[in-house]
Amino acid sequence: MTHARPGATMTHARHGATRTHARHGATTTRGRFVRIAMLAGFAFLWLPIGLLVAYAFSADRIPFQWGGFSLRWFAALAANERLVEAALRSLRIAAGAATLAVALGGVAGWALARFGPFRGRAAFGALIGAPLVLPEVVTGLSLLLLFVALEGLTGWPAGRGATTVLLAHATLGAAFVAVVVQARLAETDRSLEEAAMDLGATPLAAFRTITLPLVAPALAAGWLLAFTLSLDDVVIASFVSGPAGTTLPMELFSMLRRGLTPEVNALGAVVVLGVGAVLAVVALLLRPR
Amino acid sequence: MGAPLQAAAPASLLRAQALTKRFGTTLALDALDLEIAAGEFFALLGGSGSGKSTLLRIIAGFEAPDAGRLLLDGHDIVAMPPWARPVNMMFQSYALFPHMSVADNIAYGLRRARVSRAEAASRVAAALTMVGLEGFGARRPHQLSGGQKQRVALARSLVMRPRLLLLDEPLGALDAGLRERTGFELRALQRATGAAFVMVTHDQEEALALADRVAVLDAGRVAQVGTPRAIYERPASRFVARFLGAANVLEGRAAPGRFDSPEAGACFAGDIPDGTAAVALRPERIRVAPGATGMNTAAGVVEEVAFRGDDSLLLVRLAGGATLRVAHAEEDGAPPARGAPVSLAWEADAIVALPA
Repeated sequence: MTHARPGATMTHARHGATRTHARHGATTTRGRFVRIAMLAGFAFLWLPIGLLVAYAFSADRIPFQWGGFSLRWFAALAANERLVEAALRSLRIAAGAATLAVALGGVAGWALARFGPFRGRAAFGALIGAPLVLPEVVTGLSLLLLFVALEGLTGWPAGRGATTVLLAHATLGAAFVAVVVQARLAETDRSLEEAAMDLGATPLAAFRTITLPLVAPALAAGWLLAFTLSLDDVVIASFVSGPAGTTLPMELFSMLRRGLTPEVNALGAVVVLGVGAVLAVVALLLRPR
Repeated sequence: MGAPLQAAAPASLLRAQALTKRFGTTLALDALDLEIAAGEFFALLGGSGSGKSTLLRIIAGFEAPDAGRLLLDGHDIVAMPPWARPVNMMFQSYALFPHMSVADNIAYGLRRARVSRAEAASRVAAALTMVGLEGFGARRPHQLSGGQKQRVALARSLVMRPRLLLLDEPLGALDAGLRERTGFELRALQRATGAAFVMVTHDQEEALALADRVAVLDAGRVAQVGTPRAIYERPASRFVARFLGAANVLEGRAAPGRFDSPEAGACFAGDIPDGTAAVALRPERIRVAPGATGMNTAAGVVEEVAFRGDDSLLLVRLAGGATLRVAHAEEDGAPPARGAPVSLAWEADAIVALPA
């Protein structure tokens, strides 16, 4: 800005030139500001993750102290059976819960979008969406009570473990899937299905050839959402899990109490790289043709 | 007009008998009777809430009537689901499948009917040619203009070779310039395929221009069925006369051989049967006649003049209070100015006595 200031005191004839000058100065200032803001934003988002990944390669025993480059904690992680097992169990639970959530939530979303104003529709919609607004503590506790009562009555589920966590996460995920699917169907012209039937498709064929392909992106998005929610959750899992059902977030929490080792950093780095790879694949699949 | 008024159906294709449909407390169809002949272009004309769309959806099979029968070739098809009916429909929104190419859209019904791949391909190509869209088969619906989408929807229905094609406001989504051309093309396609076309429309001009016969629907009933000329020239009721637009409907009282209309301040002499409730007078049958008095004349003041090209439309406030629409032809000279007093006259055969 300062280099525009002398222009302001100059003659009238040069006023126009001065103004252009001033505007030019403003643009570069704004440009610089935007660039700095952008860098700050990226730093805010990426610095913690970057630090985590960087410290994963540190040789030092303390997780937040640099002790030279080393891969020893990756080796230690691979050797830590507890952690590896919890991670694999979490992935299995997440995949199972997401699949179940897509099946249940997909059907629920379809009913909400397509079955007209049936009796109890409002109550059904509210109940399906309840896990979205209920505190996870409440969801977790209520599911725990349900599982215990169910075991007392029927003998199933026998104790609590990976199965109960999977069912609980499927409940949570189904709420998200139902919302996504309902929204997608609501913006899909209903006469498409009627047109298919008019052209000779049975309702099942119309669903398979028209409805399903059109909601497929919503189902995929819902699956990924439910998968992430399950991987992420520690509250509900703590309520409904048992001795043989410790998930990765639960394991990490208990490690926190016993004292962290840089294995956790290594694990974080592996997760970040894994997620990055999956996102890259998804972006590749969804890129506009 | 040389042809008989009712182009009586030689081969009845579709017959609706006392069709009734209720939505909650509203009566969408009220014991409706209708007959559609093979190979005719039929228009269902009515305003919103007249039941025309409900009737179309019942014929297609998307709604079930509460009572009544629907016979196709003499067989009741009420219980038949839409996918089993030899009837196809073109939706107002066209309902093209967005995730399929144009060719796959058109082939959809053939694939459901398990037509062989080779035959389907040749029929799709023929259908594309028929609607003038050769070379568009690989496109996606979102790459098409409104008119092109309409043609694809038409081809997708016609490729099934239906005996009865239902069209829901087929020209409704097109802009004015495209409507006339597309209308002629629809008629040509109807003649070429020999299928019966049943079109739903709220636009009386469209119905009169395209259809062989028109049914005017009012509150779930058929108010009148006939050729466009017949219902235009001989409306059966005040509703039809008003709905077809433009006609002046004048209330009054019938006396032997004449009809007195206080609201017009005029006396109509002509063929007035007993029980005539009102008379209709078309604007183009009324002329400005200076000094005319007596039967079949009226006096008033010009309220508005609108130039329309080959004529001018006058709104004339009559002595009795009613406003008359008068079409003043250009060859009759300059129209009277706004505010000018005028005398109007019409021939006895211009009067249409309305029984209801």
